[in-house]
Amino acid sequence: MQAKGTVFRYGDNVDTDVIIPARYLNTSNHKELASHCMEDIDQDFIKQVKEGDIMVADKNFGCGSSREHAPIAIKESGVSCVIARTFARIFYRNSINIGLPILECPEACDGIKAGDVVSVDFTTGTITNETTGDVFHSEPFPPFMQDLIASGGLAGYIANGGKKV
Amino acid sequence: MGMTMTQKILAHHAKLESVRAGQLIMADLDMVLGNDITAPVAINEFGKFGKDTVFNKDKVALVPDHFSPNKDIKAAEQCKALRCFARKHEITNYFDVGQMGIEHALLPEKGLVGAGDLVIGADSHTCTYGALGAFSTGVGSTDMACGMATGQAWFKVPTAIKFNITGSFGLHVSGKDLILHIIGMIGVDGALYQSMEFSGEGVKNLSIDDRFTIANMAIEAGAKNGIFPVDAITLEYLKEHCPKDPVVYEADSDAEYEQVITIDLSTVKSTVSFPHLPSNTRTIDEVGEIRIDQVVIGSCTNGHISDLREAAAILKGKKIAKHVRTLIFPATQEIWKQAMHEGLFDIFIDSGCAVSTPTCGPCLGGHMGVLAEGERAVSTTNRNFVGRMGHVKSEVYLASPAVAAASAIAGYIADPAKVMEE
Repeated sequence: MQAKGTVFRYGDNVDTDVIIPARYLNTSNHKELASHCMEDIDQDFIKQVKEGDIMVADKNFGCGSSREHAPIAIKESGVSCVIARTFARIFYRNSINIGLPILECPEACDGIKAGDVVSVDFTTGTITNETTGDVFHSEPFPPFMQDLIASGGLAGYIANGGKKV
Repeated sequence: MGMTMTQKILAHHAKLESVRAGQLIMADLDMVLGNDITAPVAINEFGKFGKDTVFNKDKVALVPDHFSPNKDIKAAEQCKALRCFARKHEITNYFDVGQMGIEHALLPEKGLVGAGDLVIGADSHTCTYGALGAFSTGVGSTDMACGMATGQAWFKVPTAIKFNITGSFGLHVSGKDLILHIIGMIGVDGALYQSMEFSGEGVKNLSIDDRFTIANMAIEAGAKNGIFPVDAITLEYLKEHCPKDPVVYEADSDAEYEQVITIDLSTVKSTVSFPHLPSNTRTIDEVGEIRIDQVVIGSCTNGHISDLREAAAILKGKKIAKHVRTLIFPATQEIWKQAMHEGLFDIFIDSGCAVSTPTCGPCLGGHMGVLAEGERAVSTTNRNFVGRMGHVKSEVYLASPAVAAASAIAGYIADPAKVMEE
């Protein structure tokens, strides 16, 4: 499992209200949610994001509400991976559960800027800044979690008897 | 090594003698909760499991409280999805408009959470029930769906911070001031992945409503749960509301804590969280003159009867400032009725406030009190993130019911003690 894309860089405490404002939670349509992703702090995000791009942020990413709509909006926007110093716990759980790979790696956060091209190998936990050549190491996902993410999330994984769909 | 109160509840529900911090466990659930925003996503996921029905129709609670009474057609469709699912699966604890209250005030009031229970809810403020000596935590919709299907959820056993509470509050200071003070001290990720366990001789001076408010905002410090010991105050509340026998867990004397923080309640002042983080706190004497446009009193954090009484005591016989809109949201129908019988609505209406049916509406900028560009609100709710109550350039200042009521009268953020002197 791999990801590669251009980086959108954010700071500390990016909360779920800015990832997807509550005024748009009268729907659970993934495309509609994605069309408003990050708009309260970065109106350009949804115009510029391309399939495979990567979000990098500092500490406590995803704090606040338990809305699964937040990782859904990020995943549906095309983002292939979120890297942060730390994640809020409900967001972490929700992301894995819907099949959005997210990695905690403070060193990578120090060494990645907006616009850098970054690649991630989830089987080894290796994060490479292709722009600067720097390489960072995060905890790799265990095999079951790789299968879970490849199944599109926990529901697909369970429906398939705990195997990759 | 001993266990914390949280660890003991988790061990019992995982059918284990003991657990240690960091251990992954599969635990049985006593209640699974969802609302009109999170449950539609969970219902969709539930459909993928191929299960005929939920694990136990008495142990699922569905409460359309966020965008309800339906704020628009899309919200109406989401509430309808909830209603249809509840009917199809004969969910016992489905509460539609008329019985509906804000979920975290409603479940304890209906006796659906008891001491020693393990509860998950697809709403981050599910941690509220720690006030009753239960382990409860917020999860997402997929976890809710799995919980509804299997009656189980996996957890990583948390470490804990112990808050040793001493003394008692001064005049006009309440549980909201204490939890804002704590979040200001440790930060919005100060208890990330941890339990916040409250104990000490001062706990007896915290009313059950204070405890609901404090446990409710544990998530705003990043905590997995907040929890109080079960004492005479808890047992009295449970006797009145919950038919189940309480199961009482106490932390072992040699339980390990990441840190122990002692707080003397008599030193806590009225506290306000400035935009745009709950940790951005100032005491009332440090706020300066902040002119406001709206006051919101209510929510899962501060919509209890004692909160309304506190606000009414300040508002009685006074008029709110001409430029301020003040909205009161009793958290449940029972609280609404009680406030009405106690004459609190006369006080609110005579002073110029509007009283609403229970809803989460304004807290998350949904409806019933959305802010325009540049507007400021003092609110007894729990979050003041960018755009939380409306326009991205609006501002929310979090405060207690007493400070909110005093501010409504003054027209700027005000100290209740000073407003009462005038």
